Amino acid sequence: MKTSIESNNIGSTIESELVASDTASSHDDHHAPSGWTRWVFSTNHKDIGTLYLIFSLTMFFIGGAMAMVIRAELFQPGLQLVEPNFFNQMTTVHGLIMVFGAVMPAFTGLANWMIPMMIGAPDMALPRMNNLSFWILPFAFLILLASLFTEGGGPNFGWTFYAPLSTTYSPDSTALFVFSVHIMGISSIMGAINVIVTIFNMRAPGMTLMKMPMFVWTWLITAFLLIAVMPVLAGAVTMVLTDKYFGTSFFDAAGGGDPVMFQHIFWFFGHPEVYIMILPSFGIVSAIVPAFSGKKLFGYNSMVYATVSIALMSFLVWAHHMFTTGMPVFAELFFMYCTMLISVPTGVKVFNWVATMWRGSLTFETPMLFAIAFIVLFTIGGFSGLMLAIVPADFQYHDTYFVVAHFHYVLVSGAVFSIMAAAYYWLPKWTGNMYNQRLSLWHFWTSLISVNILFFPMHFLGLAGMPRRIPDYAIQFADVNQIVSIGGFAFGLSQLLFLWVVIKCIKGGEKAPAKPWERAEGLEWTVPSPAPHHTFDQPPKID
Amino acid sequence: MGGYRLHQLATVRKLFIYLLLLSLPVKALAQTSLNMTQGVTEISGKVYELHMLIFYICCAIAFVVFGAMFYAIFNHRKSKGAVAADFHESTKVEIIWTVIPVIILIAMAIPATKTLIAMEDTSKSDLTIKITGSQWKWHYSYFGEEIEFFSLLATSSEEIDGIKEKGANYLLEVNNPLVLPINKKIRFLLTSDDVIHSWWVPDFAVKKDTVPGFINEAWTKIDKPGIYRGQCAELCGQAHGFMPIVVHAMEEDDYEQWLIGKRQDVERQKIEAAKALANNMPLDQLMTIGEKVYLERCSVCHQPNGMGLPAVFPAINGSPIATGDISLHIDTIVNGRSGTAMQAFALQLTDQEIAAVITYQRNAWDNKTGDVIQASDINAFKNPAEADKKSEEEQ
Repeated sequence: MKTSIESNNIGSTIESELVASDTASSHDDHHAPSGWTRWVFSTNHKDIGTLYLIFSLTMFFIGGAMAMVIRAELFQPGLQLVEPNFFNQMTTVHGLIMVFGAVMPAFTGLANWMIPMMIGAPDMALPRMNNLSFWILPFAFLILLASLFTEGGGPNFGWTFYAPLSTTYSPDSTALFVFSVHIMGISSIMGAINVIVTIFNMRAPGMTLMKMPMFVWTWLITAFLLIAVMPVLAGAVTMVLTDKYFGTSFFDAAGGGDPVMFQHIFWFFGHPEVYIMILPSFGIVSAIVPAFSGKKLFGYNSMVYATVSIALMSFLVWAHHMFTTGMPVFAELFFMYCTMLISVPTGVKVFNWVATMWRGSLTFETPMLFAIAFIVLFTIGGFSGLMLAIVPADFQYHDTYFVVAHFHYVLVSGAVFSIMAAAYYWLPKWTGNMYNQRLSLWHFWTSLISVNILFFPMHFLGLAGMPRRIPDYAIQFADVNQIVSIGGFAFGLSQLLFLWVVIKCIKGGEKAPAKPWERAEGLEWTVPSPAPHHTFDQPPKID
Repeated sequence: MGGYRLHQLATVRKLFIYLLLLSLPVKALAQTSLNMTQGVTEISGKVYELHMLIFYICCAIAFVVFGAMFYAIFNHRKSKGAVAADFHESTKVEIIWTVIPVIILIAMAIPATKTLIAMEDTSKSDLTIKITGSQWKWHYSYFGEEIEFFSLLATSSEEIDGIKEKGANYLLEVNNPLVLPINKKIRFLLTSDDVIHSWWVPDFAVKKDTVPGFINEAWTKIDKPGIYRGQCAELCGQAHGFMPIVVHAMEEDDYEQWLIGKRQDVERQKIEAAKALANNMPLDQLMTIGEKVYLERCSVCHQPNGMGLPAVFPAINGSPIATGDISLHIDTIVNGRSGTAMQAFALQLTDQEIAAVITYQRNAWDNKTGDVIQASDINAFKNPAEADKKSEEEQ
């Protein structure tokens, strides 16, 4: 087994054993089909990880193109490019694609590639389910995108699909939307089951839970969140389906239902979903910051506890999305306090990263730059989140561009930046080549600057009174919207640089050693670069 | 690696210059509001203070955390010969940075709780207004008065489409503003006829969803006379961006005067309606009024050319309703169609206007039915018992 021989973790006595076992069961080629069947029938965690990542990047550009349409229409007041109904379809599908098509599959792709290699497992525990969970995804998004071309258009009720706008008043294509969300949910649940079973059963001997890399920990907790809330989303879309097509009245007051109940059900899914999209980021940053600080992660145990408490508390804060729906005061107070409290474990994480950097010996390769940008910009998103938790102030912020600024800070300069950091950090491992450093720096700096021109002024728009999800606006918002749109176009173009870097890196470049980052830790760096099709056929030894 | 780092620094410097250049237009924005309004009520002032308090606390935390981080970034870098320390845990430190944030949060929660409780106390109000949202207008009804009216966007479609220059209050102007007295505690009861809307006037710090089938409460007490503008804040369909709110707050005497004028209007309208019943209009006059009503009220969905939007809003040109049974046509407009976006216009338009718009729809475009509908037909449809009695009397 060449893999293990090159790794320096394994003692020489074990080496000879491994070589022996390798010759005895040499069937690597048997497992590596070529051509399209390699991808369609793949049960290999690395190939499926690659599929997920490519799919995610594709969706990122499709969803991004929709954002460009939105920003182009908002470049100046008046209706110029698109009809309001189409504008609403763009905001809706942009949100759905970015959440379910870009961010979540990117994390699943990273989990597929990295979790087995990080815990010393040969593959995911359920490889066939792994194949299925990926291959239903493209169909889900084909259905969603196809709905845009039906007569009457695609979903136009916002990605939160509040009833009765999404039931009685929705376009005929709503069934397609419901079906595609069901498929996305099934895919996510299968992915989550796979992660949990893999982590609990396939860790190398000696890899105790409290020795696992933070990325594995955060994904384990994310997987539990997914299993808990994706069925709730499935329930919500099913009720929308039956309300619209089968005459039920879950969300129709005329039949004894309640439109606000929809929001409770949706956000009971939706708030943990927010953490589903950020916990793996915490894991990524917790891997990268120590690697480029030359120090161990500060407060590993407290990081694990903080992640667990964030996950548990994420079930107790959902109604902070609904303060204006007319809840009783005691409910508003309860959800305000819980929401404020959730900032404590989140703060602990930020403090721990800063403490990891403190008195370190820092270097600033591209993954580290993205990780630092993540910490700063995610924290800014956290601050605006704390402001939004304060109910009286939320009455002014709610459903304005202040909220848009807030969640794009945590999702774009948060989750997406962490995914970029992860890509730069592990690309040498995946491809065997170093990425082009000069281009990657251009990508980082243009992204960092444009993302702030794009999202920071949105805070001002919201405070000045601009509601979200409107295709046209009053004159006083014109100047700031223009700046925001320019930032948007610049950010969109910057991501083409990323595409270029990734393609260049796959095609060639400076050969990467097994461990391109001198001070990185983890089992993934003990296998050669590119990681061979099969790794850890024999479990590594952990001390 | 050395050359690469130098290049990196040069890139950074270049980008900082670009950043500076891009921040220049911010100065030109001096007149544009960049912060939350302090508003014109006691509550809105308190909300503003709370907003600023939390903002400053966040800035202070950011200063400490980012300060430490950037200190490390500049001083603890390998290129400066920094050698990594070995520490990586401290229970004491973890407890400290758990407890301090909790204390800060409690300090934030106390004023927030007080303000919230005051905001939610709708008792002892002097005046009650019922606000009903519908696609895409507001309806205001004054309790204890016979006064109620719809409030619609007054910005013309030419301004929206860029044919005419946009006015100063573009998209923030309505035909009938809500008129309120100052220094009175006004209670709002909010509900909706169709989807969820949200009634928001930033100067009052009031934002409350209008939920179909449920009634929400909110209140305000305005300190200063003036015109205050807001917008619907909850996505409510394609014209969500086009249902503004305008409140005209006046001194109590002026408000009383306005009430008297409004009551007279109600009386006048009754007389006009009675006259319209007796008066049969010729086709061309009905068509003129009908076209105006159609363009104002129907064309948002059914389009100015009557073609509708395929699979979203049905066409009126050539439709079975607009070319078939007249009573079905009247029923559709008077009572709406439940389970669809078609609203009931019985209270939104006068019988005269309904008659005119139906006549228009039945004769415009390719619908050359030649039917003429009069206000009396609409009245007869609305009050079949009364109509029967009348015809009996005539016999």
